[in-house]
Amino acid sequence: MNINVSRRGFLKASAAGTTALLVGINAKGVLAAGSTATAATDLNPFVKIDADGTVTVIIKHFEMGQGTTTGLTTLVAEELDANWDTVVPEFAPADVERYKNLFFGAQGTGGSTSIANSFMQYREAGAAARDLLVRAAAQSWGVDASTITVENGMLSSGGKSGHFGEFVAIAATLSPVEKPAVKTPDQFKLIGSDKLHRKDNTGKTNGTAMFAMDVNLPGMIYAAIIRSPKFGGTVVSFDDSAAKDVGGFIAAQVLPNKAGVVAFGKNTWAAFQARDALSVEWDFSAAETRSTDAMIADHVALLDAPQFDANHEVPLASVTPILEGAAKTIDAQFTFPFLAHAPLEPENCTIEPVGDGVRVHDGCQFPTLTRPMVAATLGIDPSKVEIRTLYAGGSFGRRANAASDYNVEAAMAFAVSGRKVPVKLVWSREDDIKGGYYRPMSAHRAKIGIDADGKIVGWDHRLATKSIAKGGPFEMMVQNGVDPTSVEGVAESLYTLPNMGIGLSDFTTAVPINWWRSVGHTHTGFVMESLMDMVATETGQDPIDMRLAMLDPSGANQARMIEAIKLVREISGWQKGDKRGFAAHFSFNTCVAVVADVTVEDTTVHVNKLFMAVECGVAINPDVIRAQMEGGAGYALSAIFRNEVTLTDGEVDQYNFPDYELLRNPEMPEIEVAIVSSNNAPTGVGEPGVPPTGPAVANAIFAQTGKRILDLPMTKAGFDFV
Amino acid sequence: MQYQLKINGETRTVDAEPGTPLLWVLRDELQLTGTKFGCGVAYCGACTVHVDGYPTRSCQTFVEDAVDSEITTIEGATDKVAQAVQEAWREKDVVQCGWCQSGQIMSAIGLLTENPKPTDDDIKDYMNGNACRCVTYVRINEAIKLASQKLEA
Repeated sequence: MNINVSRRGFLKASAAGTTALLVGINAKGVLAAGSTATAATDLNPFVKIDADGTVTVIIKHFEMGQGTTTGLTTLVAEELDANWDTVVPEFAPADVERYKNLFFGAQGTGGSTSIANSFMQYREAGAAARDLLVRAAAQSWGVDASTITVENGMLSSGGKSGHFGEFVAIAATLSPVEKPAVKTPDQFKLIGSDKLHRKDNTGKTNGTAMFAMDVNLPGMIYAAIIRSPKFGGTVVSFDDSAAKDVGGFIAAQVLPNKAGVVAFGKNTWAAFQARDALSVEWDFSAAETRSTDAMIADHVALLDAPQFDANHEVPLASVTPILEGAAKTIDAQFTFPFLAHAPLEPENCTIEPVGDGVRVHDGCQFPTLTRPMVAATLGIDPSKVEIRTLYAGGSFGRRANAASDYNVEAAMAFAVSGRKVPVKLVWSREDDIKGGYYRPMSAHRAKIGIDADGKIVGWDHRLATKSIAKGGPFEMMVQNGVDPTSVEGVAESLYTLPNMGIGLSDFTTAVPINWWRSVGHTHTGFVMESLMDMVATETGQDPIDMRLAMLDPSGANQARMIEAIKLVREISGWQKGDKRGFAAHFSFNTCVAVVADVTVEDTTVHVNKLFMAVECGVAINPDVIRAQMEGGAGYALSAIFRNEVTLTDGEVDQYNFPDYELLRNPEMPEIEVAIVSSNNAPTGVGEPGVPPTGPAVANAIFAQTGKRILDLPMTKAGFDFV
Repeated sequence: MQYQLKINGETRTVDAEPGTPLLWVLRDELQLTGTKFGCGVAYCGACTVHVDGYPTRSCQTFVEDAVDSEITTIEGATDKVAQAVQEAWREKDVVQCGWCQSGQIMSAIGLLTENPKPTDDDIKDYMNGNACRCVTYVRINEAIKLASQKLEA
């Protein structure tokens, strides 16, 4: 894939040849078309068609492996009736007006929204381009447009035919229709096809795909940073005399925010070696100094007196008398650790001086944050910050944070270097594991009242966790003190749960936290589906039948969930009294149901097979959906089995993969994914596979052993995994 | 120090400090960036290259220890086994983020070179050292079997 993301470069490259057709939205936000020459001031395109017939789809989202380059390309190619093999994706520049996520109003990727927010926009751009080409061909051939057919990148009428490129010069002079007609689902050829291969397949199998860490610029120097060993500490002084013995060491400087000291080297290794040789005196007066056990205890204490009611219709206090009158109650308390995202490409960012501004080379997840944050750090106007988005070697949420932490670090390093040469900041794996921005720690406590008939009559649910949104640019998400990412998955459960009160407390710590693949659902999904299993056990009901009875089919999402649950029951051959585990969870507008088959010998667990059924609306790329379910499940297993970031006196105990062990090849279960056939608008797939996997496995372990797992990771309950 | 390295069939001269891992020589000095940095402690396999035909962690191979060896990186992996593996990887749409995949592929080539018809357990054992954070293992294993079939045909 040719990654040429600078707007100037993009237009110049087009102008070097003959005219190209661009279709996108103009500054007024409406569909517009033009040639490269006329469009230069007003149009950043979604589609570019060159005179040789090559179709370029401009990808407004970044690619961290979730398949956006393939998905957005499919949407355009479908409506264009393009030849799939000649369509290429290219990442968009930073331009919030044209390339905003329609769900966020900001340019960024997250919440499993890339396909969902782009579904109509990219199809309409493709349909508009197709219409322009048809009208251009009609004009060129002197025939009526209605006689023209389009297939596989070719236009035909009677005996005449020609490829897209032959008509771009005329098409670029025409005006696009205001609202192009898009296909009906029965007309789809590429959407829903299992024959399309990923667009990033070749580059990622022959070493040519360009990731941010692969950037190499003339005169570039390398930077590594020593950060406070306790979160929130600041530099008092440092000594670089030992670093001076490191070959290739250039200099060391305190970062302007005093959060660390940067060592510059002639290559990555020199920067790492020099950084490790620095001796720094820290001020820990504002730092987190607690250990994990104390932090867990502090979370649990917060459950006693919740600060906010997350369900205004049912205040927590109103549930207490109902529970007192219940025939019996189920009580459970859960705790969850900090988790590192650990994308396999450690965080890195290169800042290159360009004229009176800079170019940021990054696997950039959120240009709308990165651009102003880098600009502010350097004291320049955001318009002087160009972002070159490259492939991201994973993110799972890590790269989109309110602080734009590693982008800002790179900008600070560039600033103190003198701003003359490109600076590449590289994190080591130790930096990544110890560096914060974790999935927040959390604790839940639930008391569920059940009547004599086994029906739920009341539910007191309390949770404590650090808010992701508060105190930053995402603060506007907070309503009445409740950060929705803290309670999602409990607060909008699809089940009919009478008298459910939800109490929330915000935990405070200097440990930086962030969204981690599926965000709040990482813990709420585990808690809710474990509790549902406990209710089924306590009342002697089949876990699947019980859930189906608690889903009201008149609700649109409940109806979708019923479909997913029935499908997983079918493919897994689930029977009453089954000794496997079941869980289902709704997140990011998608329903996923899972059956887990495990073997437990003494305390050793092997997950043999996972059956997953997903309702995610119309399946754009079914194989990408299956891949995301497989990956989401595996990501969850790694976490629930054994991953945790712990602290001793405020310092992270883990250092690298040997003690933050990722799921390994032999541990991955067999997996069967089924997709509910649907013509609903597409919904997310990157995250929703994570939440139900953990509780399905936990419920399977319970079915086999009678042991309920309440504190994660599962190694705490004495289990190990093979 | 100057070192002469035999990489992908060519002799390359590099300037590096003794003790520099081969990984950083490949990436920073020779721009052979298909070889990736994942952990630096030989625990994830993202940096796997072939040294005299054997999959080797370049993050724990010092440059001075590599001078007399034939080094092959993903950029130079072009023999029959490599082609079969890469084709199988594309047919099975294995990749997600892609960062570990050069290392996975170099290990898979090593496996099929040693053992052209591996069993499921052979594959899992051999590939245990290559971590994938996106968890593409199911497809990696399918692709290795497909590559094995291609080589047999």
